[in-house]
Amino acid sequence: MADNIIEVKDLEYRYNGFKAVEGVSFFVRSGEIFSFLGPNGAGKSTVINILTTLLPMQTGRAMVAGFDVASRPEDVRRSIGIVFQDETLDRDLTVWETLELHGRLYSMPKAERRASIDEMITLVELEDKRDVRTRNLSGGMKRRLEIARGLMTRPKVLFLDEPTIGLDTQTRMRLWQYIKTVNEAGTTFFLTTHYLDEADQVSDYINIMDHGKIIASGTSEALKSDLGRDVVYLETSDNVDAAKLIGKMEHIKDISPSSKGLSVTITADGNRCLPVIMSALNEKGITISDVNLKKPSLDDVFVHYTGRDLRETGAEKFRIARANIGGR
Amino acid sequence: MAWEFTAIYWRDMLRFVRFKAVLFTSLVQPALWMALYGAAMSSNFNRLGSGISVPQGSEAISYLTFMGGGVIALTTLFTSLFGGISLLFDKNWGIMREILASPMPRNNIIIGIGLSGVTKSFIQVMVIMAFGLVLGVRFFVGYTPIRAIVSLLGILLFVGIFSIGFLFLSSAISMSMETPESLQAVITLLTLPLFFASNALYPIDAFPPIVRMLSIFNPLTHLVNGVRYFAIGSDFYAIGIHYTYAFNDILFSLGALTAFAVAMYIVAWWVFKKAVIT
Repeated sequence: MADNIIEVKDLEYRYNGFKAVEGVSFFVRSGEIFSFLGPNGAGKSTVINILTTLLPMQTGRAMVAGFDVASRPEDVRRSIGIVFQDETLDRDLTVWETLELHGRLYSMPKAERRASIDEMITLVELEDKRDVRTRNLSGGMKRRLEIARGLMTRPKVLFLDEPTIGLDTQTRMRLWQYIKTVNEAGTTFFLTTHYLDEADQVSDYINIMDHGKIIASGTSEALKSDLGRDVVYLETSDNVDAAKLIGKMEHIKDISPSSKGLSVTITADGNRCLPVIMSALNEKGITISDVNLKKPSLDDVFVHYTGRDLRETGAEKFRIARANIGGR
Repeated sequence: MAWEFTAIYWRDMLRFVRFKAVLFTSLVQPALWMALYGAAMSSNFNRLGSGISVPQGSEAISYLTFMGGGVIALTTLFTSLFGGISLLFDKNWGIMREILASPMPRNNIIIGIGLSGVTKSFIQVMVIMAFGLVLGVRFFVGYTPIRAIVSLLGILLFVGIFSIGFLFLSSAISMSMETPESLQAVITLLTLPLFFASNALYPIDAFPPIVRMLSIFNPLTHLVNGVRYFAIGSDFYAIGIHYTYAFNDILFSLGALTAFAVAMYIVAWWVFKKAVIT
């Protein structure tokens, strides 16, 4: 399919006999925001490192931007941009020099390079920091600079490994705005993140990985619907009769009293079941005074598939990252 | 031909001129060498050598002039051996990952670092020579301006090849090490034998045979030969020893340095090719 910008088939990777990635296959459509989620050690970084040619291909096949990762690594590198999880800035270079170095490393002609630098600095709103050394930038500015750097060569795919880790909420929201803007202009994004709510909001497609395997994939909506755990809360004029009536209907998993009403767990799509329930109650003359439909969150999906809460592993990783920064 | 090494060169030179302290000490340190060690030793050596008569046609030179060539060589050695150290910091700070992930062929990293190191060595050598002439080092005596320029270029040629060889070695070591401490230890260990088993500060003729053998394999000895040949001449007396350099000796030294540089390039290229930084 010409539409796929990344195609991975039966990818395996071992570190000294330990299988970090076992038979992973997936594809990323051109122009989408593709998220890779998973706890630490799930193999996400290994997959990113292989796709970005930083690790050699052992078993399997991967195409990025139309080039085989194993046989055409230089062409792959030329077609992609990478924002690494850890900071990779020369602290003694200015914002402008950082981008200039990048443009030179990618052999961009001077005129194109200079124009692109100006455009990128404007995009990430670092105009007034142009001649400031990166050591004097805040965490959010550094991240924005790294994203600008990754986008500078107009890559077909931008790989973002934990782009918002350790940043405050406001900065994170702004970063996602840039990402959305650039994505709408046509760049494909391949990202890993620990913030499931963010992945939920921005991703067109999600892969959940654990123990070196992809254990679930789909759109955020599909993943949540597949769980079949929509919960409807109803307050009616007669909760007892309502419970009897609903109990006879299809796709109902559980009914339990809850504060002044009923909690109904539905195994099918709640959006479709709710009108059926409501009209059935109306026909019997039971009036509804309050209704609420709660869909499972991506967190619920994650816990369901991995048996772990990503937040816990995320917090742990964040502490390690901070410790590393302090250690420098 | 890939020109991306100019990116590495550009960044390294930018850092060199940006850090005034590094720039300043790298220029002052060899001058101090010459001013302190040279002044202290030259009176001793000149006294020792004064009793020896110099045959007709040969010229006795002062110890300061003799060691001037040695200081040029030693400074180049130290600067070049530590020239690749920035790669270790780049590796530990993550910048190496940005560089390795770029489409630039990896040998461009070592070429870029090599050329910027050579540039720094050239600057240092010029400063040492200028400072030495002020202190009383007698280089290029009786040379015509054209011969002086040719000699200077000859010195720079030797310095350049020697320097780039050690920069390749330094880059390979830096890339293989994990911590600055271990890098420091390895380089210091390398420096001492190179330094002492050479003719930089004293003649090798009186060395025990084994050390003399070693000194023939020491690139520093070949650099010193080249520098003295161009700066002083092919026939002179120093510290009671008659030095004659045939043109073939100098060609041999140049060949030895070139072979060393090529060997070190291959080592560095191999290290960078297999380097995995994730």
